[in-house]
Amino acid sequence: MDLLEYQGKQFFAKFDIPVSPGEAATTVDEAVAAADRIGYPVVVKAQVHVGGRGKAGGVKLASNTEEAREHAGNILGLDIKGHVVKIVWIEQASDIAEEYYASFTLDRAAKKHLGMLSAEGGVEIEAVAETNPDAIAKIWIDPVDGLTEDVAKAWVSAANLNPAATDGAVDILLKLYRAYTEGDADLCEINPLILKPTGEVHALDAKVTLDGNAQFRHEGWEVYDATQVRDEREQAAHDKGLQYVGLDGSVGVIANGAGLAMSTVDIVNQVGGSPANFLDIGGGANAEVMAGALEVINNDPNVKAIFINIFGGITKGDEVANGIVTALGRVHIDAPIVIRIDGTNADEGRAILAEHESDKLISKPTMLEAARAVVELAK
Amino acid sequence: MAIFVDENTKVLYQGLTGSQGRFYGLRNRDYGTQVVAGVNPKKAGSDVDGIPVYGTVAEAKQATGATVSCVFIPAPGVQSAVLEAAEAGLELVVVITEGVPAQDEAYFYNKVKRDFPGTRILGPNCPGIISPGKANIGITAGEIAKAGGPVGIVSRSGTLTYQALYELKLQGIGVTTCVGIGGDPVPGTSFIDCLEAFEADPETKAVMLIGEIGGSAEEEAAEFIKHKMTKPISAYIAGVTAPPGKKMGHAGAIVSGGKGTAAAKMEALTDAGVKVGNNPTEAGELMVEIVKGL
Repeated sequence: MDLLEYQGKQFFAKFDIPVSPGEAATTVDEAVAAADRIGYPVVVKAQVHVGGRGKAGGVKLASNTEEAREHAGNILGLDIKGHVVKIVWIEQASDIAEEYYASFTLDRAAKKHLGMLSAEGGVEIEAVAETNPDAIAKIWIDPVDGLTEDVAKAWVSAANLNPAATDGAVDILLKLYRAYTEGDADLCEINPLILKPTGEVHALDAKVTLDGNAQFRHEGWEVYDATQVRDEREQAAHDKGLQYVGLDGSVGVIANGAGLAMSTVDIVNQVGGSPANFLDIGGGANAEVMAGALEVINNDPNVKAIFINIFGGITKGDEVANGIVTALGRVHIDAPIVIRIDGTNADEGRAILAEHESDKLISKPTMLEAARAVVELAK
Repeated sequence: MAIFVDENTKVLYQGLTGSQGRFYGLRNRDYGTQVVAGVNPKKAGSDVDGIPVYGTVAEAKQATGATVSCVFIPAPGVQSAVLEAAEAGLELVVVITEGVPAQDEAYFYNKVKRDFPGTRILGPNCPGIISPGKANIGITAGEIAKAGGPVGIVSRSGTLTYQALYELKLQGIGVTTCVGIGGDPVPGTSFIDCLEAFEADPETKAVMLIGEIGGSAEEEAAEFIKHKMTKPISAYIAGVTAPPGKKMGHAGAIVSGGKGTAAAKMEALTDAGVKVGNNPTEAGELMVEIVKGL
C-alpha cells in the first residue's frame, strides 16, 4: 500500500522524524487558508502516486496568498502521467544547504534489511546507482540485531555526509529504521533528506509503502487505503477482498492462486486471446467469494467470455462449482463461461456443474483446451 | 528416497483444532502421513479424531517423537508458532498460512537461522511438501501425484505446483518429492536448498522448477544450476505477460524497475542449460522428453 507524501510525513511524524509543518487540502480555498495559517513562503505540492511531479508543474513555491491561490488552482486537477491531482500538501518552505538520500527496504536475496544512504540526494537514486554506485553507502541489517547507534554512525561516516549533518542523520536513520520495522513498511525512503543552513537534518519528502498483511496490528490504515489509485473494476474487486488487476482484453480470468492466475493470463495470450484482468480468488475461496468474483467480471463491459481456472488445494472444487451456480442465480451473466476444475473435490465440482451445463457454461478437462475454447468464444 | 520428508516422518500440527488444520491434518493422515499430534495450549488433553492435542510443541515432541511441524495458525500468531517449533528442536516447520507480515518473516527467518540452525522453515504461504506415496504435509491433494520418481519438483507457486504434479501424472511420471517453497518475500527454504537436496538424492534423476515474476530467486537458482547441478531440469515461469508495476497477487510477484521479468528469468535458466516451457503443459512435455532420455 503506497502512501501519498503527506501521509508518509504523518507516518514519519509518529516516529518523531522531523518533517516540515503542513496541511493537506482538497480545494483551492482550503489550500489558501492552510497557507495563511502556516505562514509564507510555502510550497504547494501535488499528492499523487507517481514520480516526476516537479517536472510536470506539480510543486510550486508561493510567497503570498495570491501565489498560493494561483498555484493551488493550477495544481488541483492537474493530470500528472494519468494521475489527476485531488489533494495538495501545503508546507512551510525549507532552506536547503545539502540534499541527501536515505532508505530502508528488504533485500530479498540477502533476506536482510537493506539501508541505503547517499550524499547525492534529490535525484533518482536509480540514476546515482547507475552513474556513481560508490556514492551509495549500503548496509545490510539482521532484523534480530536491528540498527544500533554505532552501526548508524559508521554508516553515516561511510556515506561522506557533511560532518555537520552527522548527529542529525544518525538520529533520523535510527528513527527511520523504527518506522520501517515497527511501522510494518516495505519501503521507507527520504529523498531528499536535507541539511539546513542552521545545521538541522530534516525529511523534505517521504515515500512509504506499507505491508498490507500487517494491517491487523495497526490502527487507522483504512485512511491510506482510501487514497489508493484503482480503476472502477479494481475498486469493486478490492471492496470484495479480491486480488484483481485490470487489463484491457476481452477474456475475463478467474483463478485460484496468484501463480495459476498469472499462468492463466499467460496461456490466454499464448493461444491468441487477450485477458481482461488478473483475478486471484485465493486459498479457501467459497461460494460467496466466487459469486463476488463473477459479479466483478460481469460488470466489465469489455468481457466477452469468462475463463474460470481452478486447481483445488485449499479451495475445494465443489465449493467453487456451488459458487458459480449461486452467482448465476443471483446475477445475469451474458458472457459464456468456460471452466476447468481439478484437484480437491474436483469430481464433486464437475458433477454439480454437469447439472447446469449449457452453451453458456462449458466444462473443459485441461487448461489448454479451456483456454482455446474461451478465446474462440470471446471472438 | 525422497528429500526432507518420507514415510518415517512424524508430524505435529500447530492449529490442528482449527477448521483448516483439522481438514488438512486429517486428510494428510488419510494419505498415510504419520500425523501424531496437534498443539493448542487451550485444548491440551483433548483429541482431534483420535490425534492427541498437547499444550506445547515441546510436550508434543516429547510424547510422540515428532520431528516436523505443519503450521495452520492465523497470520498474527505465525511468528511465535515458528519460534516455538524451532526452540523445541523440530527439524522442519512447514508454514501454510498466508498473509504473514514481511517484517515477521524477515525476523523469524534470521532468528531461526542463527539460534536454531538445525531447523528448516518451509514457507510461509506455501502448499507444503509431498513425497508421493510416503508423506503429504500441507494442502496438496495427494491423489494428483504419482509416487516413485524419477522427478523432483520445486515451486514458488501453490496452484502451479499442483498443476505440475498433475501434468506429470497424466504422462505416467512419478515424483520423489514436490516442495512448494511459497511466493512470499522471505521464503524459509529456497530453490537452491531444494536443488541441492535433489542433486544429492539418488532416486531423483531430473528436476522440474516452477517460478514466477518478481525478485531474483530464479536467477540465483540458474547460477546454482549452471555450476552445481548435473541432473537435467525443465522449468516454467509464470507471469510472462504481466504488466510492469502491477502486483500479481503474491507479495513477491511484481515486475519493477525492469527487474524480475519472466523473460530475464527464462533467459538465465536457458543459459544454465534448463529446458524452459512457455506454459505448465509445455514444461511438463519437456520433462517427458527428459525422462525418456534418462
